[in-house]
Amino acid sequence: MLDRSMVGTRIRERRVMTGLKQAELAEKAGISASYLNLIEHNRRRIGGRTLLQIAEVLEVEPTALSEGAGAHLLTALQEAAAGQRQIGDSSDAIAEPELDRVEEFAGRFPGWAGLLAGLSERCTGMERTITVLTERLAHDPQLAEALHEVISTATSIRSTAAILAETRELEPEWQMRFHRNINEDGQRLAEGAETLMHYLESAPDTGADIRSPQDELHLFLEQYGFHFSQLEGWGAAPRVEALVDNNPALRTEPARILARNVLRQTADDARALPLEDMRRIVAKVGVRPDHIADKTGQPLARVCRRLAFLPEDITGPVGLVTIDGAGALLLRKSVLGFALPRSGAACTLWPVYEVLAQPGRPLRRILRQGDLSLEALSLTEEVRPASFGAAPLTHAHMLLLPLEKGAASEAVLDVGVTCQICTKSDCPARREPSILSGGL
Amino acid sequence: MGKKVLLIEDEQNIIEAVSFILSRDGWEVKTHSNGHDAIDAVRSRAPDIVILDVMLPGKSGFDILREIRADEAFSGLPVLMLSARGQAKDVEMAEHAGANQYMTKPFSNAEVLDAVRNLVTA
Repeated sequence: MLDRSMVGTRIRERRVMTGLKQAELAEKAGISASYLNLIEHNRRRIGGRTLLQIAEVLEVEPTALSEGAGAHLLTALQEAAAGQRQIGDSSDAIAEPELDRVEEFAGRFPGWAGLLAGLSERCTGMERTITVLTERLAHDPQLAEALHEVISTATSIRSTAAILAETRELEPEWQMRFHRNINEDGQRLAEGAETLMHYLESAPDTGADIRSPQDELHLFLEQYGFHFSQLEGWGAAPRVEALVDNNPALRTEPARILARNVLRQTADDARALPLEDMRRIVAKVGVRPDHIADKTGQPLARVCRRLAFLPEDITGPVGLVTIDGAGALLLRKSVLGFALPRSGAACTLWPVYEVLAQPGRPLRRILRQGDLSLEALSLTEEVRPASFGAAPLTHAHMLLLPLEKGAASEAVLDVGVTCQICTKSDCPARREPSILSGGL
Repeated sequence: MGKKVLLIEDEQNIIEAVSFILSRDGWEVKTHSNGHDAIDAVRSRAPDIVILDVMLPGKSGFDILREIRADEAFSGLPVLMLSARGQAKDVEMAEHAGANQYMTKPFSNAEVLDAVRNLVTA
């Protein structure tokens, strides 16, 4: 009701903005100036043909006058006010936002209101980012180690220097030992400080030091193009360590653990589906996991994984997404520009989530993401069978393949990447607004 | 012979400096530099006080302290914890684990001496 009662105010604001006099607008809209005056002061209700005529003269959508600010804008302004209240104690000079006049504000100054709401949302987004970065810094093992090294060395220097300065009649043997220790520690301190500087300098530009173990794993896999010739054939297991050890992409132990797991699985798959056999079969039947599974007697999931880890000269472009039962992305190999999120939940419309709901039933879908269409073969894999004491653990895979000729006429499923960067406006599966359409 | 201090710390130069100042003050100093078997060192040395670093190879100082407190014979043994981490949650964690005092690095020699003297005579 309050919203509708501000129609007159919005008409006046719009008229003033366009430079029209009250009499001019009244004449063009076919009403008397005195009637328009009453409308503009919200003393007459307005609707129907008169509203349409005024809107036409003012070159604005009638709803912009009748409904004013959208619900989203009002909510955003209310949230901004709530945020201001939370920090209210520290901002002594700022008066409380007039919440009871939020619609009036949004209606009279839609531009300023939008700006304020946008800034507030952006501020919230930045605060969230800062929290994430702070948490990562607080728990970054490399930073913790570098700081520990510097502080330990400083402790040693402080203690040793105090002994040298304060101990009267220090035996020459002790003197020499402590001088040597200080010299060593000085060198260590310089090295520690340098390590810290490199860390702090590189972090903001590259984000290299705030990578998650999953990011490190995928950087490593991409370096090898998802193919490890070292793991082909029998007796490959010991070579896993050699691949993981000292690889600069795998900086943290959690990332190395993830990499070992993936590589051991890759070695097992390679042993079950030898490279030359795969080359021969793919040449004969194409990249058809079901045909290959029939010919080799290997599980479909293993065949899909193997296809994704073969050289492209055998298979052509092949992508793979693997998720666990909770939907978390475990493995992501993109293909042909099909966008995959770095972490978190992907587009819930992806068939890889659909098959989780019907384990054991593979699913073929044609996906379209933006301008790109491709074939997605999804299936589940039981990684731990059910027992009387425990539910089964299931992973799901989605093999991504270029679209074969003729497939374009099949039903297509439009999918996104992840809600945050998806611009589909009418998606029933949307979890949260897109930062691309709604701003940060 | 003075009272016994067991210093569990992995930084060799800190071990030398702290051992020196405590020895000069009349303490008998024993040292141990890894976390794996630190509890065995406590049992075999039977010290009057333990100075325990938090970040040790093999096992954290907090875990070692819990092992010490779990042993009835050492439930009242004074333990001074040393750490580079000085956040409130670290101090709180040390208290929960049973530390008598928590000292952040870098410390001064006088602070360590005072703490050791106070904890043993307390």
